[in-house]
Amino acid sequence: MDILVCVKQVPGSSDVEVDPVTGVLKREGFSTKLNPYDLYSIEMAMSLREKYGGTVRAITMGPPQAKQALLETVWMGADGGVLLTDRAFGGADCLATSYALSQAVHKMSSYDLILCGKQTTDGDTAQVGSELSEELGIPNIGNAISIKLEREGFITVTQNLDDRIVTAEIPLPCLVCVDGDINSPRLPSYKRSKQVPQNAFTSLTLKDIEDQDKTHYGLLGSRTNVERIFPPEKNADRKTLTGTSSELATQISDILKTGKFIG
Amino acid sequence: MPYHKINADDLKYLKSLVEPDRFLSGKEINEDYSHDELGGIFHYPDVLMLVLSTEEVSHIMKYAYEKNIPVVVRGSGTGLVGASVAIEGGIMIDTSLMTKVIELDEANLTLTLQPGMLLMELQSYVQDKGFFYPPDPGEKSATIGGNISTNAGGMRAVKYGVTRDYVRGLTVVLTTGEIIHIGGKVVKNSSGYALKDLMIGSEGTLGIITEAILKILPLPKYSLSMLIPFASMEAAIECVPKIVGSQAQPTAIEYMARETLLFSEDYLGKKFPDTKSPAYLLLTFDGNSEEYVRGEYKETAEFCLKEGSLDVFLVDTDERKSSVWGARGSFLEAIKGSTSEMDECDVVVPRSHVAEFIEYTHDVEKELGVRIPSFGHAGDGNLHVYICRDKLSDEEWKKTLASAFDKFYSKAEELGGQISGEHGIGYAKKGFLKHMLGDTTISLMRGIKGVFDPKNLLNPGKIIS
Repeated sequence: MDILVCVKQVPGSSDVEVDPVTGVLKREGFSTKLNPYDLYSIEMAMSLREKYGGTVRAITMGPPQAKQALLETVWMGADGGVLLTDRAFGGADCLATSYALSQAVHKMSSYDLILCGKQTTDGDTAQVGSELSEELGIPNIGNAISIKLEREGFITVTQNLDDRIVTAEIPLPCLVCVDGDINSPRLPSYKRSKQVPQNAFTSLTLKDIEDQDKTHYGLLGSRTNVERIFPPEKNADRKTLTGTSSELATQISDILKTGKFIG
Repeated sequence: MPYHKINADDLKYLKSLVEPDRFLSGKEINEDYSHDELGGIFHYPDVLMLVLSTEEVSHIMKYAYEKNIPVVVRGSGTGLVGASVAIEGGIMIDTSLMTKVIELDEANLTLTLQPGMLLMELQSYVQDKGFFYPPDPGEKSATIGGNISTNAGGMRAVKYGVTRDYVRGLTVVLTTGEIIHIGGKVVKNSSGYALKDLMIGSEGTLGIITEAILKILPLPKYSLSMLIPFASMEAAIECVPKIVGSQAQPTAIEYMARETLLFSEDYLGKKFPDTKSPAYLLLTFDGNSEEYVRGEYKETAEFCLKEGSLDVFLVDTDERKSSVWGARGSFLEAIKGSTSEMDECDVVVPRSHVAEFIEYTHDVEKELGVRIPSFGHAGDGNLHVYICRDKLSDEEWKKTLASAFDKFYSKAEELGGQISGEHGIGYAKKGFLKHMLGDTTISLMRGIKGVFDPKNLLNPGKIIS
């Protein structure tokens, strides 16, 4: 099974700063990391490759330094990857991002399955996976907790929809968004970092893809107008409860019920 | 002279020293207060008093001294050697409500606080302000008072040292109720006998710590860990002194066997990122720049590969650190969950002998026919070796345990080690201490105890009695 995994480089910590004038996330000088949700889809891809053979390649869109995210996927076991990078792609919303990614996927060799993470920790929209499948005209399914190859040309996907578990059979090629916290992602290997083949990565710019109309990409191609971006207020509210053991138990139970943590 | 048994008059007076809801006696005292974390040693105090200040402790001690009532101090009760069990009954002073930070002195890099603050609260308090309290024992819900009383070590001892290295001063209530201040915010101190250092690690037998001045450091800006798989435990451990002897300066070098990782997976219900290899080392580096720390990582990775490691895995992000260190933090509970009962040997040996000691635990495992999983601080020679009861009968268990401890402590002695690296002696290990240290040293310790506590009221029956 040949698998493409969509990944993104995101800020390395939740202590992010936003430029007060432009409302844009300050990325200069701040550490970055591979989107934590993508780690689960990479692990899923690796275990599918171990089971059924094939290849795993990563794809990302971002500034040139986003190559680091691709490198990390190779240290984790991916065979290679594609970096989609061009000033024209900057400031893209999820629609423009998924369109650009679809153009890059068209340029890549054939694939059976595209895996995406549940969402990113910076954008948090959880839209790019589904939109990419629409652009590519392939079926997609979200919240996947397991994938099996049981019948030639199809995969069986188990979805966790919170209130129920659904098992679905989907024809290949297709796109699957993998749920978070469903496996223990393997760690990047130092040994693999020393053995990355020269030709493991391909870089694509606007002039390498079929549709070169700049108005379809980046800020120009975006349908979302971002008025303001700001870090969420930190909620560190604490409440001290007092009373006897049974009074405390009742109070805790009431709080959990009010917060809808328990029924 | 026999201890005075608490009567109705005593109860009445002691009750007047604290607010009513901070005084419990007899059956009001929860079962938790009859033992510590490891269990095995049980006894209730007659009275439990939750104190809020040095003065309250002083008033209690004055009365106890006058009436000849034994007193045991207790923090979170997370000890592992029965040190906070009131084996003679009497008064138990619980300091867990003394959680105030008195002063963060940024000019002197000190934090003055009460002894009941939990280690995890202390670490997060200083980190939020850009500072760092390096000692990092595995039990984060222990109080700092408990940490000082056992001279707790933890995982960063390789680079930063142990609790004693971070205590600048103490306020102590003596057995008579007098209050003394020893040490201070000073960096150097050459003023007479080091009473502060004597108090550290004395497990509540010399005085009651009611305030501490801790040394803190600026918070390192960056840290990363590396998980290093080896083909055997021997290969892993043999690499440790070589890493220590290289130019690298890791904050921690922990070792773990696959078996322990599998217990942890079962216990947490979560897979560890890699369990393909029989043995692993876990190292951490910290520093003020990512470049420096990555450089250390790279050099050590190359070194370990050259020394025969199977690979080196990078543990750099919060998520990766939590998946690896979260499992490491669960080992004690995980091993506990894998057996019906267990006891622990917290032995410390020179780092160059760690491999030999661990190999010896495997020999004893075979010889006695019991499971003896282990993990620990390979970088500082402090091993945590667990003898698991599994299906042994009471009689077999007692016999096996005694035999295993004898063997381990004899081996430690042979290798130039000590009985306890960080858990202390308490009640459970005092026989072994006496055996290892010999009469002369023990009599010196008894002399010290006699000077501080002539009536033997403070935590009687512990360490050397």
